[in-house]
Amino acid sequence: MQWLVQFFSSGIGKKVLMSLTGLFLILFLIVHLIGNLQLLKDDGGQAFNLYADFMVHNPLIKTISYGLYFFILLHAVLGLLIAAYNRKLKGQKYAVSNSQKTTWASKNMALLGILILAFIFLHMGDFWFKMKFTDQLNLQTYDGVTVKDLYARVSIAYQELWIVVAYLVGLFALGFHLWHGFQSAFQTLGLNHKKYTPTIKGLGKIYSLVIPLAYAIIPIYHYFFMK
Amino acid sequence: MSDLHLNIKVWRQNQKNDSGHFETYKVTANEHMSFLEMLDVLNEQLVREKKDPVAFEHDCREGICGTCSMVINGQPHGPLAATTTCQLHMRFFKEGETIVVEPFRASAFPVLKDLVVDRSSFDRIIQSGGFISVNTGQAPDGNAIPIEKDKAGKSFEAAACIGCGACVAACPNGSAMLFTSAKVTHLGLLPQGKVEEEKRVQAMVAQMDKEGFGMCSNIGACEAECPKEIKLENIAYLNRAYLKSVFSGE
Ligand code: SF4
Ligand code: FES
Repeated sequence: MQWLVQFFSSGIGKKVLMSLTGLFLILFLIVHLIGNLQLLKDDGGQAFNLYADFMVHNPLIKTISYGLYFFILLHAVLGLLIAAYNRKLKGQKYAVSNSQKTTWASKNMALLGILILAFIFLHMGDFWFKMKFTDQLNLQTYDGVTVKDLYARVSIAYQELWIVVAYLVGLFALGFHLWHGFQSAFQTLGLNHKKYTPTIKGLGKIYSLVIPLAYAIIPIYHYFFMK
Repeated sequence: MSDLHLNIKVWRQNQKNDSGHFETYKVTANEHMSFLEMLDVLNEQLVREKKDPVAFEHDCREGICGTCSMVINGQPHGPLAATTTCQLHMRFFKEGETIVVEPFRASAFPVLKDLVVDRSSFDRIIQSGGFISVNTGQAPDGNAIPIEKDKAGKSFEAAACIGCGACVAACPNGSAMLFTSAKVTHLGLLPQGKVEEEKRVQAMVAQMDKEGFGMCSNIGACEAECPKEIKLENIAYLNRAYLKSVFSGE
């Protein structure tokens, strides 16, 4: 096991961890989006509420979700530690800096990450925490099955302008974070080749535009059309 | 041949732990001079005035030794792509311009005096494994083992790294991955160097971390500023070789 400890204490090892957890979170974003698009259904929340109930009770999903929480924390904490370490090593700032051909996102991953983390706290505090640990949600019965009405909570939240704006800011940060992170994850794993790297970079750009936009539709739609 | 009248705003620092400050000097330089020759003119002027000349490093003045490290107007080795400071000519600057000249900044490259930084951390990375430990023979022996054209080409491109440190200077993380990866790729793509790759990559990465270089986040500032156009693909090669050495090595 010592070899593994040694690997993760190296700079490359830490970045590999960032890359793997990042890729896992990229996959999660797709699954999460597909489930939550049910919030756009005009059925008073039946499909979404049943789905949400399934997600919090299914043992397999539960296990995966603990992995997910762990990976989010690992990615966030390690990312911030790395950023702080690097900043210290960079030493004194240049009086003039004129960096070429680099993206803004690539140089601000930690800042973007902090915004995303703040967003996750807001998001999970409002929905996930209330669903799992409180009795604040009303109950709804569909065909004899009684479940918590998370849909109503979500819908009410999205009537508040400040929440909608906070979501849009969070998603904006997510888009920028992915703009750099998606392709960077592959480079860190050593996957860079003229055969497939242009495809990865293209996919990364599409992904970082489409996913945040698709998420953004949900609060916007609720705010304007589901009063 | 026209002359340029310039304001050179240069970093002055007496010794390692001094705080340092900028000083601005007026210099008249010919447009055909190299940047270093312009600094020579400034120094002659300073000596005549019985002032301390600006310390800067230089050796070959033909773009192959990698010592002429400085940041000019916010770019290591100045504004011209794929060009070292010694090969940068004054005709690329404008009449009356103020040019800001700073030392490379990274905590692994401490400033010794003015524009001179201590880059011996690079030497120690090379000493840790950037070599082939057996004698590979004379030049004709190089042809004894046939090497694929493509690999030989890539190895040669990586071998163009002159160890100047501009990659570290440009990197917001103070990372030395471009330099180290160029060395690892250069040796690892050749059959003579492949044999020791696992050991090499482990030792060089460990030394790089120990010297206090930051972790790479694939920003690409290094590639943009490298006077020898070393590519980010080399960093991917290093990551691959390192992962391989960890997971399938001895
Ligand atoms: S990789 Fe380029 S910038 Fe870095 S030391 Fe080598 S030649 Fe200089
Ligand atoms: S003095 Fe040798 S590369 Fe510039």
